[in-house]
Amino acid sequence: MPAPEHAASLEEQIDQWRSYLRRRQAIQPVDVAELEDHLREQIAVLLNAGLAPDEAFLVAVKRIGNLDALSREFALEHAERLWKQLVMVPSDSGEPQARARTDAIVAFCLAVAAAVAVKIPALFGLQLDEHKPADAGFYFRNASLFVLPFLTGYFVWKRRLHTGTVRWLAVAFVAAVVFANVYPFTTAGHTEKLTALHLPIALWLMVGIAYAGGRWGQVAGRMDFIRFSGELFIYYVLIALGGGVLTLFLGMIFQAIGINVGPFIGSWLLPCGAAGAVLVASWLVEAKQSVIENMAPVLTRLFTPLFAALLITFLATVVLTGRGIDVQRNVLIAFDLLLVVVLGLLLYSISARDADAPPNAFDVLQVVLVTAALLADAVALWAIAARITEFGFSPNRVAALGENGILLVNLAWSAVLYIRFLRGRGPFTDLERWQTGYLPVYAVWAAIVVIVFPPLFGYI
Amino acid sequence: MGINKDLIAASSTPLVLAILAEGDSYGYAILQRVRELSGGRMEWTDGMLYPVLHRLERLGYVEAKWKVVENGRRRKYYRITRKGRAQLAENRRQWQTVDATLRGAWEALSVKRQAAEPAGA
Repeated sequence: MPAPEHAASLEEQIDQWRSYLRRRQAIQPVDVAELEDHLREQIAVLLNAGLAPDEAFLVAVKRIGNLDALSREFALEHAERLWKQLVMVPSDSGEPQARARTDAIVAFCLAVAAAVAVKIPALFGLQLDEHKPADAGFYFRNASLFVLPFLTGYFVWKRRLHTGTVRWLAVAFVAAVVFANVYPFTTAGHTEKLTALHLPIALWLMVGIAYAGGRWGQVAGRMDFIRFSGELFIYYVLIALGGGVLTLFLGMIFQAIGINVGPFIGSWLLPCGAAGAVLVASWLVEAKQSVIENMAPVLTRLFTPLFAALLITFLATVVLTGRGIDVQRNVLIAFDLLLVVVLGLLLYSISARDADAPPNAFDVLQVVLVTAALLADAVALWAIAARITEFGFSPNRVAALGENGILLVNLAWSAVLYIRFLRGRGPFTDLERWQTGYLPVYAVWAAIVVIVFPPLFGYI
Repeated sequence: MGINKDLIAASSTPLVLAILAEGDSYGYAILQRVRELSGGRMEWTDGMLYPVLHRLERLGYVEAKWKVVENGRRRKYYRITRKGRAQLAENRRQWQTVDATLRGAWEALSVKRQAAEPAGA
């Protein structure tokens, strides 16, 4: 019989062995349990044969064999385990599984609620129909209000937010409803479009506050929200592609029996599906967190060199050929979008970078990309400035100019901080803090566009 | 005596199936039985049995069930299925053929040697 203190140390050793084994992806908890049973029986036999507990442990572990070779065998037999699996987290302990199920049910119910919300205005005679531009305008202005309150609600529930915060979020959404609907917009006018485009940006901050829970004040909390936003976007695009295929087949097979499902698709499937998919995609991003690698940083790695090459080629062409930018109406918007893409590339490479790692070649590439984007934008602004008076200050142009300014300031200071980091004059965290601290600026500008622009420009 | 890894791997399926055909069993006991049968001459690395068992389970030759045994420990028991028995019969036929062929070859070799010895003497 082993003495009690021996038994305790033996249990400790088995615990260590078990946790070491669990780190291997190909060997799952259920297999570890089977192997542990084996180990214990072997130890018992060896103890009976008169070995000391630690000797018995060593011999038993040795007999199980080399763990690398063993996990290789397991990997060959269970190749699927090397592909990280998603959705229903297989877990042998009941409690997390129950929580995951509740989470799924709540997300699904909220998705249904968002889909229903889209159809509520129809009860009051507002139809989503291209022949009724006034009604269509209502839907566009309020599009984010059908979805984002439910998404915010999901995170309020999930993160158990304080009632104080919830009250502020509610106030923000009520204000959004008011500003989207009280102004006497010209039907299909510029200010209406600006409101439709900028309200979601302003409200996305509310989602962020709810998402971060109590961590909105911290760099890490905001960074998590940035990661969430990127993954959500990718998941949403994937779901939209799947939905597109579904819709295509729906149309085709009903066409075959002579039934036109076009109206059903246009007024039910697309709007309700688009609204519900936001909730489903958010739930997926939450559920798969830590199960699957983030996709956004991978795309960033892929496209940063390509965009850098594109911009450098563009600048070189401008310099060599002396061509000026042909200032069309949408050139400013095009350059705004370019800056958004560059900012996205920068943001998602920052989000995936280990802040303590020393500078490497990819960091240099990032600086090249940002600098090239700044130069290209400067060229565009130069061309526009020359003719801005000629064009006049329409609401679209002022909004685009404001956005350009905001992005320019962000990228310029990012470039400064990045160069400082490359030269060893500052920590990488400065860059993180700058980016996360800048998040409210976008929302504030979007709110200004929503609140101030319509009266300023006479609701045109 | 060491036995070639490929031979161990090739014989593992019929051996495990044959042991399970004697009665339901679990990993440790199966290994004990292998030692008994081989007189300790076939050395398996203990852990390697489990991927083999899982493969047989995936192929439908055995089925597994968790049972609670003494002092509350959970243990995974394996049972041979009808498909497993058919596979065992098939394996047995093949191994007997191999065995018979090799035996013939050994005999021929020793006959030749016996024939050669008197001539050389």
